[in-house]
Amino acid sequence: MKKYTYTDKKDTRSGFGAGLLEAGKRNPNVVALCADLVGSLKMDAFIKEFPERFQQVGIAEANMIGIAAGMTIGGKVPFTGTFANFSTGRVYDQIRQSVAYSDKNVKICASHAGLTLGEDGATHQILEDIGLMKMLPGMTVINPCDYNQTKAATIAIAEHHGPVYLRFGRPVVPIFTDADQKFEIGKAWMVNEGADVSIFATGHLVWEAIKAGEKLAEMGIDAEIINIHTIKPLDEEAILKSVAKTRCVVSAEEHNRLGGLGDSIAQVLIKHDPVPMEYVAVNDSFGESGTPDQLMKKYGLDDENIIKAVQKVLQRKGK
Amino acid sequence: MPTLQETASQIRRDILRMVHGANSGHPGGSLGCTEFFTALYFKIMKHNPSFSMDGKGEDIFFLSNGHISPVFYATLARSGYFNLKELNTFRKIDSRLQGHPTTHEHLPGIRVASGSLGQGMSVAIGAALAKKLNGDPQTVFTLHGDGELDEGQNWEALMFAAHHKVDNLISTVDWNGQQIDGPTAKVMNLGNLADKFTSFGWEVIRLEDGNNMDLVVSTIESAKTFLGKGKPIAIMMHTVMGKGVDFMEGHHEWHGVAPNDEQLAKALSQIPETLGDYPAI
Repeated sequence: MKKYTYTDKKDTRSGFGAGLLEAGKRNPNVVALCADLVGSLKMDAFIKEFPERFQQVGIAEANMIGIAAGMTIGGKVPFTGTFANFSTGRVYDQIRQSVAYSDKNVKICASHAGLTLGEDGATHQILEDIGLMKMLPGMTVINPCDYNQTKAATIAIAEHHGPVYLRFGRPVVPIFTDADQKFEIGKAWMVNEGADVSIFATGHLVWEAIKAGEKLAEMGIDAEIINIHTIKPLDEEAILKSVAKTRCVVSAEEHNRLGGLGDSIAQVLIKHDPVPMEYVAVNDSFGESGTPDQLMKKYGLDDENIIKAVQKVLQRKGK
Repeated sequence: MPTLQETASQIRRDILRMVHGANSGHPGGSLGCTEFFTALYFKIMKHNPSFSMDGKGEDIFFLSNGHISPVFYATLARSGYFNLKELNTFRKIDSRLQGHPTTHEHLPGIRVASGSLGQGMSVAIGAALAKKLNGDPQTVFTLHGDGELDEGQNWEALMFAAHHKVDNLISTVDWNGQQIDGPTAKVMNLGNLADKFTSFGWEVIRLEDGNNMDLVVSTIESAKTFLGKGKPIAIMMHTVMGKGVDFMEGHHEWHGVAPNDEQLAKALSQIPETLGDYPAI
């Protein structure tokens, strides 16, 4: 198992804030909009640098999405910022008609995704957003795993033409990817090459997969770990290449098991190479209040649950 | 050059023939807004039928109540955005003239999809903000149904436009008092719309007869004198749904119903063919 260490921990939303500032410096057409959550989205630095390129929309997310769509007419590259729940479910039809169906170059940037939002509870912990967004034709869906990757992804989507959903989170988590990485949309990242099982993880679950991989190695299990930061378009080639070698799969995501990364992978497997697969995901339920660590453990999204899923899928493969 | 009235008369015929040809569509609001569209595209707006999505240096228009696509399509075709013959394809398979307007089929003249109501003002505000950032002095125009104002997103947009002084925007409400289930006064009373817009911080101009071409032109021209003065501008335009066809006028039943052969003949007999009907394929 390749050794991953970290010296610093930061929230992925701060990676977004840093990436937005950088994207703004590189392209004068980058503009930002926020629905009364500037501090939470870490947009302060962009606003300070480019006050005239920021729009405060107030608590009116539907209007924000529409305005963003409109600003593309005239060549702007708008980044909207609010919590994941209010970025997707609340404004689904606005995104569907004014952004996706209208082919508008809007970047929907969503913080506080999933359970790790913590104490605010289920009203704010959306676990369905990946599914909602990936079902929209033409929408790119990205869920980076740490500060550096989120920053790189933010810069990359500014250079990509087309609607994007960028999902990130609230808690501070280890920084283990390269600071100067080049983020390639739709290109999976090989975290660790292995032979026994393929673990495909996204977002905060990538670090959990690394922790699981280390423990599995001690148990004599050689896990291949791949970071699927882009859920759509999915890197089918990387998935199938890995599966050809390992012959079994575990998916891991901070999302409902219905409609998330796991389902996207399963669809590829069903079509090309059916092998045993287990999901590490929320089991079709809402979340609740608690600390991020407590919630990830209770809802089965930590390294221990990845190990259990690996053991189960290895058993199925053996039969 | 045909007069605006002659152009409007021909567009009305186009609307009826398109909706009849598709055996579906929305003639009522389309006929009610024909003077408005004709005034905008043939008199008021600086626009280029060779069409660029960004519309830099041009006035641009957004139709929020997308169901009155027949009048939009007929106006665009008559303005030279695409061939008149294409009006035959309205609402048919493999057409760029979808039931509700869309950019997805790349029809020149359309800048955003609309149909799911209440989204157009937000989009128009965005385009108006982009114009300001680009130093583009031209104007953004919109049209909204009155029933459409039931949707809450409009009121979010109204607040925003006033707060952020979006003063390069002229939004017109087609105040025909009708929606699908009946008169707006019965379905969801809009109250005093003009006062509502005023209290939200808009400059409001009344247009008492939106089917009087001279009045439509002069009212929009006078609305333009308020541009750049720190407030978004609204025109409260009273129209008659189904205008020009006696058995359709003022009847909400004609919101979204196509005339049959007999009704079409009767309707067309009331509207002069001024510029020549578009040829059937």
